[in-house]
Amino acid sequence: MAAPTSDLHYLTVREMADALRARRMSSYELTQAHLLRIERLDPSLGAYLAVTAERALAQARAADERIANGTAGPLTGIPMQLKDNLSTGGVRTTCASRILENYTPAYDATVARRLADAGAVLLGKGNMDEFAMGSSTETSAYKPARNPWDTDRVPGGSSGGPAVAVAAGEAAFSLGSDTGGSIRQPAALCGVVGLKPTYGAVSRYGLIAFASSLDQIGPFTRTVEDAALVMNAIAGYDPNDSTSMPAPAPDFLLGLNDGIRGLRVGIVCEFMGDGIDPDVANATRIAIAELERLGATVRDVSLPHANAALAVYYIIAPTECSANLSRYDGVKFGMSDQDTKGLWPAMESTRRHGFGAEVKRRILLGTYALSSGYYDAYYLKAQQVRTIIRREFAEAFQQVDVLVTPTSPTVAFKLGERISDPVRMHASDVCTVPVNIAGIPGISVPCGFVHGLPVGLQILGPHLSEPTLLRVAHAYEQATGWHRMHPGI
Amino acid sequence: MGVSGSRGHCYTWRVMTEYEPVIGLEVHAQIRTRSKMFCGCPADYHDAPPNSHVCPVCLALPGSLPVINREAVRAVIMTGLALRATIAEHTKFDRKNYTYPDLMKGYQISQYDLPICTGGYLEFDLDGQTKRVGITRVHLEEDVAKLFHRIDPATGEPYSLVDVNRSGVPLMEMVGEPDIRSAEEARQYLMKYRAILQFLGVSEGNMEEGNFRCDANVSIRPKGSREYGTKVEVKNMNSFRAVYRALQFELERQARLLDGGKRVAQETRGWVEERGETVSMRSKEHAHDYRYFPEPDLPPLHISRAWVSEIAERTPELPDEKRARYVTHYGLSAYDAAMLTLAPATARFFEGVLEAGGDGRAAAIAKPAANWIITEFGRLLNDTRTQIEESNVKPAHLAELIGLIEQNVIGTAQAKTAFEEMFRSGKTAKAVVDELGLRQITDSGALADSVRQAIAQYPQAVDDFRKGKDAASKFLVGQVMKLTKGKANPTVVAQVVKEQLEALR
Repeated sequence: MAAPTSDLHYLTVREMADALRARRMSSYELTQAHLLRIERLDPSLGAYLAVTAERALAQARAADERIANGTAGPLTGIPMQLKDNLSTGGVRTTCASRILENYTPAYDATVARRLADAGAVLLGKGNMDEFAMGSSTETSAYKPARNPWDTDRVPGGSSGGPAVAVAAGEAAFSLGSDTGGSIRQPAALCGVVGLKPTYGAVSRYGLIAFASSLDQIGPFTRTVEDAALVMNAIAGYDPNDSTSMPAPAPDFLLGLNDGIRGLRVGIVCEFMGDGIDPDVANATRIAIAELERLGATVRDVSLPHANAALAVYYIIAPTECSANLSRYDGVKFGMSDQDTKGLWPAMESTRRHGFGAEVKRRILLGTYALSSGYYDAYYLKAQQVRTIIRREFAEAFQQVDVLVTPTSPTVAFKLGERISDPVRMHASDVCTVPVNIAGIPGISVPCGFVHGLPVGLQILGPHLSEPTLLRVAHAYEQATGWHRMHPGI
Repeated sequence: MGVSGSRGHCYTWRVMTEYEPVIGLEVHAQIRTRSKMFCGCPADYHDAPPNSHVCPVCLALPGSLPVINREAVRAVIMTGLALRATIAEHTKFDRKNYTYPDLMKGYQISQYDLPICTGGYLEFDLDGQTKRVGITRVHLEEDVAKLFHRIDPATGEPYSLVDVNRSGVPLMEMVGEPDIRSAEEARQYLMKYRAILQFLGVSEGNMEEGNFRCDANVSIRPKGSREYGTKVEVKNMNSFRAVYRALQFELERQARLLDGGKRVAQETRGWVEERGETVSMRSKEHAHDYRYFPEPDLPPLHISRAWVSEIAERTPELPDEKRARYVTHYGLSAYDAAMLTLAPATARFFEGVLEAGGDGRAAAIAKPAANWIITEFGRLLNDTRTQIEESNVKPAHLAELIGLIEQNVIGTAQAKTAFEEMFRSGKTAKAVVDELGLRQITDSGALADSVRQAIAQYPQAVDDFRKGKDAASKFLVGQVMKLTKGKANPTVVAQVVKEQLEALR
């Protein structure tokens, strides 16, 4: 484990912005330093699928001009990364899949556009599990990403690249997507902050869909305050996304320092026993004790159906993905088998060679679950249990302000350890999946180490409670200082 | 009509007497909105270069999301109200999954179990009776892209082109109950539905151009039987005539099978116009499993009752309402009123003539206006394959002509000549009457010479008149009309003839 450091790459977004505004450095210098670091570290970490150096430097120059003429915002000139399932006009967006190897979007995702408007500098695209299906970034068709705390271990997934980039100082922040834990689990495993906002709080327009009713975009940062800063730029209604909330987004920095005296915290007992690594459970208990020390009251809360969430997830997510991935047929964009004769054989061949095993598995699962005669037993039943889980959370939030659980049942596991055992891999998401099923927000904040590997504390709240989650996470982070720990690379 | 050949007629008869046809139609109509169903692209793709009305949404680029077109929902609600359907308070969209190169997303956004409209009925007249057919549902979905199949002249290899302009155009599907009992009923029903959509302004209803399409479920059963026969879906009918012919063929085909002791296979058949027959496309074993599920990208839609009332208030007059009004307000015959309300352009023209006729004169000129539009004008439009709204003759022109007839400025025969010229040139009635010198001669002094000439020519007529034969004077009037090339006012001529004959008595 490395000691706290004050390396340039580990400055927070806030600190970088202050330095830029005080002209202690330029965005160009900051960007260049990040590009050099990527060049040095990424061959062994694999956080990036593409580095857009030229474009980044041009954006940095433009940012420096904005800073000079006084039109800069809090993210102007800050070098960042976007997960490779976020559409970036003119920049190849592959979803870590062969089938989109040559796909360059003709338009920007709403979040990409909002960050560009805010003056943030795009360093490149983050590695991920293929089509965000996976919990280790090993299903990436191009290369696995590696955990900077131990490169023999996975960074988690599916947003492994963004977690690694932020943890290793290869980007000041990154955006990922979270369908069943894809932001929070890798954030926990890499020792950074990861926020999955309320479903509908951030526009999904331009996010290449995996499971539309569960997908949500959110930030990876090294501090909670930075997460609030990024949320201020990306959250809020988007007319292009009919599921985005019409209400105006709040200022996520507001009340961040108000503390948690009197806060009612519930411990989800289902996620503190069986299936949770005892050391991880212990680290979580210590973190909860810290919350109590900070003035919170703690009690046990039960979510009896939370354990069914994984089963519900593995019906709903594959179902939606089976339709969402139908468009990749080689006719319109991306990979296309031009050698096979005939429309249907060519389509089949394109999909056979373009998709990896995990993607095919989920398409098959979803297609099966929707098939004539099975709909009621699978999809409909899953939706009914989804309603129950949602209600259980709502009832829990009558009694407490936030719920806490470990983010991941274990610390980072070894590459190759679970890739051939899908059920065990899927179990990585047991604590995070119920949150997507309920559509509520959740944040993972570093809460210590087990065997030198980071552990994350997951804090959950009711719909649109992001300001509360940020306040709790910030109070905890400031009291413990885990955010000042960085991997020794 | 019917299938040619004596056997065909024989079976038509058998179908009519021994079997009862059971037909239900599914009609797809493109909705005339400015933008597409789920994106901002223009919905009108006529004359647009291929793939010019496209965006990330209708191209199904990864990450794009649909946004519901409120105007399309409004159009379906309006249609539902016209069909006396129940408008759902809570409705939603679903994904219909299937793969085809014209379906950009690999699924079509449609509606499965909660359509916007359910129930209702449609009425039409046939053989002097009003027939009512139940409506099952009307729902909203999106059209697919258009494929063009080509052959490479160099290699002889077939290939296909995709034009995405049509992808995402709002499409309204109306499913009717199997209440239709003949091919002719099917045609009448379809024409009535089209008229309703056209009067509401929600669809162009052009079958040949493909913005109004119809599939049929057809079966027959022995007369008196309550059970349904095996149903066959018939597709590819691209005109009203094709619908009639295809259904007639299919009913006879099924009757022959049953008569021969064979079974009707449950399948989808396509109408082949050139061959005049339906051919098998796919059997039930190959039927699609569309794997419907709720569209997660679109929240459920709540349709407020206030909105429904607002739409009801702004619904244009329907063909049946117009027809009734024409009869009660203007004293038109039921037939004339029906003819004028077949298409909105015709009704619009008719009402335009009444309006141009001046205040308080509508009732007076309605009858002649209807006559002109249905007979003379209708014939010319038909002969020249012209749409009424594109004709040279404007409502004001016809109103003027009717005025001239009424004021005895022009006679009926001359009026027809004048109208033909108006139709050809687009000139006003007055201009044409003057140019062609068609003005009626009403001056008795001016007509006296012609009468004298006729009397001189036909002394026999004078004798007959003296013997008390009234027909003689009518004969002479006819001769005068001939001499004046029809320009003389027959009433005045009769007057003058009578005067001169009396003088000779």
